[in-house]
Amino acid sequence: MVENNKYINKYNFAFIDESTKKEIRRKLLKAVAIPGYQVPYSSPEMPIARGWGTGGLHVTLAIIGKKDIFKIIDQGSDASVNACNLRNFVQSMTGVKTTFDTSEATIIQTRHRITEEELNENQIFVYQVPQPEPLRSVERYENKTRQMHGEANYAKMWVALYEQFVSHGDIMLGAGYPVKVNNRYIMAPSPIPRWDIPNLNLSKALHLFGAGREKRLYAIPPFTKVEPLEFDDIKFHIEDFKGSACSKTGYKKAFLDEMYYDDGSTNFVINDSNFLDKLSEKEQPTQHENKYINQIAE
Amino acid sequence: MSNTEDNWLLKVNNLTKIYGDYTENSIKNTGPKFNSNICPETGSIVACADINFELYPGEVLGIVGESGSGKSTVVKLLYFDMEQSLGSAFLKPHLDGLSNILEESNQKKRWIRNYLMGMVYQNPRDGLNFKFSSGGNIAEKLIMGGNFHVGNIRNRATDLLEKTEVPVLRMDDKPASFSGGMQQRVQISKAIANNPPLLFLDEVTTGLDVSVQAKVLDLIRELQQDLGIAMIVVSHDLSVIRMLTDRTIVMKNGRIVERGLTDQILQDPQHKYSQLLVSSLL
Amino acid sequence: MNILEINDLSKVFNLHILNNKKLEALKSINLTVAEGEIIGLTGKSGSGKSSLMKCIYRTYLASGGQINYKSINGMVDLVTASDHEVIELRKNEITYCSQFLSVIPRVSAVDVVCENLFKVNADKEAARYKAKGMLQQLGFPAELWDAFPVTFSGGEQQRINVARAIITSPRFLLIDEPTASLDPKTKDIVVDMLLDLKKHGTSILCISHDEYTIEKLVDRRINLHLGEILNLN
Repeated sequence: MVENNKYINKYNFAFIDESTKKEIRRKLLKAVAIPGYQVPYSSPEMPIARGWGTGGLHVTLAIIGKKDIFKIIDQGSDASVNACNLRNFVQSMTGVKTTFDTSEATIIQTRHRITEEELNENQIFVYQVPQPEPLRSVERYENKTRQMHGEANYAKMWVALYEQFVSHGDIMLGAGYPVKVNNRYIMAPSPIPRWDIPNLNLSKALHLFGAGREKRLYAIPPFTKVEPLEFDDIKFHIEDFKGSACSKTGYKKAFLDEMYYDDGSTNFVINDSNFLDKLSEKEQPTQHENKYINQIAE
Repeated sequence: MSNTEDNWLLKVNNLTKIYGDYTENSIKNTGPKFNSNICPETGSIVACADINFELYPGEVLGIVGESGSGKSTVVKLLYFDMEQSLGSAFLKPHLDGLSNILEESNQKKRWIRNYLMGMVYQNPRDGLNFKFSSGGNIAEKLIMGGNFHVGNIRNRATDLLEKTEVPVLRMDDKPASFSGGMQQRVQISKAIANNPPLLFLDEVTTGLDVSVQAKVLDLIRELQQDLGIAMIVVSHDLSVIRMLTDRTIVMKNGRIVERGLTDQILQDPQHKYSQLLVSSLL
Repeated sequence: MNILEINDLSKVFNLHILNNKKLEALKSINLTVAEGEIIGLTGKSGSGKSSLMKCIYRTYLASGGQINYKSINGMVDLVTASDHEVIELRKNEITYCSQFLSVIPRVSAVDVVCENLFKVNADKEAARYKAKGMLQQLGFPAELWDAFPVTFSGGEQQRINVARAIITSPRFLLIDEPTASLDPKTKDIVVDMLLDLKKHGTSILCISHDEYTIEKLVDRRINLHLGEILNLN
């Protein structure tokens, strides 16, 4: 008698069935081939609600292998609720090793941050993206935005930046600052702070973006040019913490959270929890190099 | 005579726009002879057909006719707002007039629209983005023309608004808060931002009160004299045609029924319909 | 040398909206104008004087015949010339001065006079200087130079009209009633100005009902009656 072991495991490895994974991987290949181009994909149902990281989860589960080491952060922290739940889910569906250590991980899923520690050629960075369309704020019709991308017609986006500068004296985009990828497509980098934008440029790691609710995938291959949109005379700049330092480590060249206490006092703390831990333990993690960070005085 | 034959800026051949299914007979069985532009066989609507003309550099051409005569369709086809059914158009500054601009890729068409043409619509909402400030609207055209310097953009916008007598102080206000005449002047600023050799004006003074109308017409005349822009002026208003144009085309039921020098059309119209039109002049 | 030769010119108005009624305005007109000649067109109202002028200027399309004009660039038949050829001639050689000033709203008197110079891209300030000189010569009050002519009196409009027509010193001038509604002194000034143009080679076709003007101005008189030339003296 032939033994039917098809249903021995409750779930397929990495939850999603193989043919759907294949579909997602195929779409990811296309995304990598056309940097910054949004590829529509199936966005299958997951046991979490859309808008809670399904896109990132699809990408992670489609590419993860048994030998991968998985790290997930939510706004820089390994320990926030969203990160813990998704980590548990991925771990129980795949049995892979998980870690907090940025340099050890092979796949890092993220919501709204890039790690402070530099990424390497063996790492894949996966973003959970709420709104993949950078032009949505200036054009509400999908068929129009697709045509605009197709013809590289980005004047409206530029005018929106112009208008922000004119009415506020600065380009008021705290998160999700639009970038031009490989001199062609304008891309929404998911709501990462401006601080992280320069770290996408010529990055050694592969960056994959999944928007589950909007059913779009896109990618930045390693060593790809990524430029924030800036005018000849109005330049892009990163967040200015005005010389503030992390209250735990005294470090200045990292993205800081402002902490509020019951007595009304405030201070700053490094946002990236693993980076903070390493600094606290006197390790010296290698940081991303870019001209914007270099400008901050020691 | 000096050779003016090959001097044209814009050459339009057999421009035709038909809505719906059409056969060869659709064009044969419509037009002023039938006093209809609806094909009796297929029910398709012939918005315009067999439109041929040439426009010379710096020249102002009027297109006149009643509502539904197809006059707006002609300029909308030439500005790529609609797609033609048949016909071709050649623009001298684009590849020396050897390439049919109506068959170019969308990207090239956009380039032609931004660098070589300007359009002023009857309704400012068609030509302006009301979500952007008036300065932003001008900036859009300049950015499409490859200008990415905010300081330069604002200087040019200031010049244009001064030229069109829009208070520069209101550059950063949205056109929705402007009067109709001012919106129209912002639209003109935007249309000429990149110094195009060709400008389309589609019923630009319709709906404005008399003194504002006069101001807008004045501005157009001045621009024409100072910048030497060739223009196609579409209007049902013969006074506008008389004031602005050198030559006039009369359209009815989607066809050209008469063409000539503007004073000849107004004082010695040949076609029955032109005579009716001119005799209706207030 | 003739600047203009009209052969067998006829003009019939076909009024479609009046049941195709036909009006014969000109019948078999033959006329030559020599270079530097001033010809006076006389005749009763409705005799076809203005129609003849408008046919030459192409405001009317002739029904038959030829109007051969010797332009700087060679012979042109104004009956069959293309619109663009006519536009070029109007810009550079032939000027028509109608009986009434057709004013453009919100354009000052000086700029109205300059209009034809602006059309050939003359320097604006130089043009205005010239215009002011001419208006001064015509005794036109200086305080009205920057006013809008729409409210001017008949005599004032007339002077602006004449100044506008001759400011470019055209090769061929068609002028309709240049001295009507002018006082005798201004009449003389206008006549002198036209004679001055003639000295510089301008050929003029002039309609006038005013015997005094005709006497002083013209070399030859053509009398029209019901669309036909009565005498050739």
